[in-house]
Amino acid sequence: MPVFIKGVGCISPQPTYNGQFLNELTAYTGEYFTSAEPDYKAYLNPALIRRMGKILKMGVASASICLQDAKVENPDAIITGTGLGCIVDTDKFLTAIIENEEQFLTPTNFIQSTHNTISAQIALSLKCLNYNFTYVHRGFSLESALQDSIMMLKEGEAKDILVGGVDEITQTYYAITKRMGFWKKNVEGHLSLAKANTKGTIAGEGATYFVLSQEESSSNYAELKDLATIYRPKDIEEIESELHKFLEKNDLAVNDLDLVILGINGDQRGDQVYHDLANGLFKDQSLAYFKHLSGEYPTSVAFGVWMGAKIMKSQEIPSGVILENANKGEIKNILIYNHYRDINHSIYLLTHI
Amino acid sequence: MSKRVVVTGMGLVSGIGNNLEQTWDSLISSKSGIGDITWLNTRHKNNLPVSEVKLSSDELVGLAGLTSKNGYSRSSLLGTVAAREAVRNAGIKNINEYRTGIVSATSVGGMEKSEVFFADFLKDNTKGELRNIVTHDCGDTTEKIADSLGIKQYMTTISTACSSSANSIMFGARLIKHNILDRVIVGGTDSLTKFTLNGFNTLMILDKDHCRPFDDTRTGLNLGEGAGFLVLESEETAGSKEIFGEITGYANANEAFHQTASSPEGDGAYQAMKKALEVSGLSIEDIDYINVHGTGTLNNDLSEGRAMERLFNSKVPLFSSTKAFTGHTLGACGGIEAIFSFLSIKYNTIFPNLNFGTQMKELTVSPVDKLKRNVAIDHVLSNSFGFGGNNSSLILSRYRQR
Amino acid sequence: MDALITDLKGKIIHQLNLEDVKPEDIDDNAPLFGSGLGLDSIDALELIVLLEKNYGLKIENPEAGKEIFSSIKSMADFIKENKDK
Repeated sequence: MPVFIKGVGCISPQPTYNGQFLNELTAYTGEYFTSAEPDYKAYLNPALIRRMGKILKMGVASASICLQDAKVENPDAIITGTGLGCIVDTDKFLTAIIENEEQFLTPTNFIQSTHNTISAQIALSLKCLNYNFTYVHRGFSLESALQDSIMMLKEGEAKDILVGGVDEITQTYYAITKRMGFWKKNVEGHLSLAKANTKGTIAGEGATYFVLSQEESSSNYAELKDLATIYRPKDIEEIESELHKFLEKNDLAVNDLDLVILGINGDQRGDQVYHDLANGLFKDQSLAYFKHLSGEYPTSVAFGVWMGAKIMKSQEIPSGVILENANKGEIKNILIYNHYRDINHSIYLLTHI
Repeated sequence: MSKRVVVTGMGLVSGIGNNLEQTWDSLISSKSGIGDITWLNTRHKNNLPVSEVKLSSDELVGLAGLTSKNGYSRSSLLGTVAAREAVRNAGIKNINEYRTGIVSATSVGGMEKSEVFFADFLKDNTKGELRNIVTHDCGDTTEKIADSLGIKQYMTTISTACSSSANSIMFGARLIKHNILDRVIVGGTDSLTKFTLNGFNTLMILDKDHCRPFDDTRTGLNLGEGAGFLVLESEETAGSKEIFGEITGYANANEAFHQTASSPEGDGAYQAMKKALEVSGLSIEDIDYINVHGTGTLNNDLSEGRAMERLFNSKVPLFSSTKAFTGHTLGACGGIEAIFSFLSIKYNTIFPNLNFGTQMKELTVSPVDKLKRNVAIDHVLSNSFGFGGNNSSLILSRYRQR
Repeated sequence: MDALITDLKGKIIHQLNLEDVKPEDIDDNAPLFGSGLGLDSIDALELIVLLEKNYGLKIENPEAGKEIFSSIKSMADFIKENKDK
């Protein structure tokens, strides 16, 4: 039985939380992207907001937006993927330990630093007593969460599953990874990030949730047809081989792909594989990208999947995400190919309902 | 989905032993691993007892089959040692002979090294050796173990506080049942860290003495470190290998009561145990022994005890907590205690709930407090209950051919 | 006593991140937990640290905290009685 994307919710550096779909893009300056956040009081219990760090607020609000979109009150499972987890609170507690020499420490930051707090807080806000998991594995975090959801739907154990990818950025994290050469000097000109031919990418953050269900409905966004992961592929040949296998398994030829969304992030090192595919295997396909809007973070592919789902439903591709060969016809099959730091590669297939 | 999931290998390292054999010796001689802090550089040394693995990180390097510890946090080292033992124990010569993956778990990953980094970084953000921070995230721990074992096909990391590695076992079993993998190395690892030691201390749930699970005078838990991994295989893939047991039931439920406390009636615990039984198709009379979560905190033991009495209609099976042996190993405890459960099945033995003296006034039951041999054990219920109300229960059974 | 109570309210608001609450909004005798300010067990632990850090008073047992933290007044009384011992 097919798996459908029934609802979506997205908080990202672009204003995406109130259903807008990248029609008016905001150009930023500064060192890295931070989320365009809603007024959280509309989504969260005010008595609890005081204790919640940013990732919790983003996660719970995005989940709330998604559930509303899907018209689901209480999901049968809540599964979150996060690559770094709750780093704001981890940072605060660790700093307090060191600066106060392990004295006068308070529990709130410690409690909020445990990575499953996002899923737990969502459950608490809904009084949801069902299955509750959190995957914390870099650029496979969302994929693991989705794999779990797909299996659960097939087991017949759940009707509606809330599943998402969330990560936050901190000045500390930025400063440390800057020393490792992860980033460009700043985000200037990010709207044409794909043209950048320099080292480093742009850091971002976000919280994107989906409701997955096997129920057919004309309001579904798309079918999540297939998902595959590749760990540290040796070379472009291995990646192409996996892509061919993936397409074959789904009875598709490359030309059946109406849109290919790539995880291009402007870092000339990691982008080489995308350019090779854009000039090779996918040279005749319509291409789009998203990290110039979401920024790079372990679960940023969730933004790409959100974008794919919205494109499938609206049958329109926002001009600001088009890379090559803007598709003018019907969109039936969307392939998403992404990697996180060349460690975790993933392939998604979304099909029209 | 009638594929049976069996256990063909186990490996662990904890405060009571650096491998299965040493662990067994400690368990049957009631030798606890809890003592003074030695390697962790903390002001709580001499104040808070913990269960340390009795090997330095340098010593773990050799056991892990590595030449240097560069790039390996202590959690990765512990995990690699345990996972390698499990794979050896399962007689696996070629890891990629079948579709094989790894599902690991950890609560704080490479934090032990991150703490060292931060001490320098906070004073001057151009300082701190980067190699100490690159191992911070949970996923790094698993990828290091995967790399050591040569696993590429599938990997992920679960982090749900104290239920983490029970959840790894559950997810791994399901991956096999869905025919996505033939074999999965499952379990978890956590090293001691100032972060968790101080974190639990702020919650005021650490015992300044050795913990007393399920005792009326208990005052808290002792932290521990370690790693426990099992090799799960489909029955077909296992072939004629020695089988330690079968994963017959599992469930995860969320309490949604409070961020750190369980409801006093133990609703989440009750739901998890009940659902695990349903998945197994067994009835309450079939459970011969419960390896309880039993941390020794006022809250856990009360809610878990109440939940057990409710579920088993006051005919609670024999039960014990093994945390007075190993301490609470956080992300590793589900894996370690599943291994203890399979040892119980294999050797028809119940390991004692150490330091027990007085029955809890709210309960009508007490744990087994002395080593018990020659007990018929076919089915064990193993509980792991974590922060955020994350409650998991596993049903682990003797393997019988049908 | 008034100065102590005002000071205490300010510290509690800050420590517990009660953003929208002003000192004059907190009734001296109103319950802090359950109803009133609606604090919970995590806040209780925060208050234990607040007492130790700012007033040098250590509460070893979280259960003992219940009485002491029942209201602002009871907290102030506790501080006054024990501060210079």
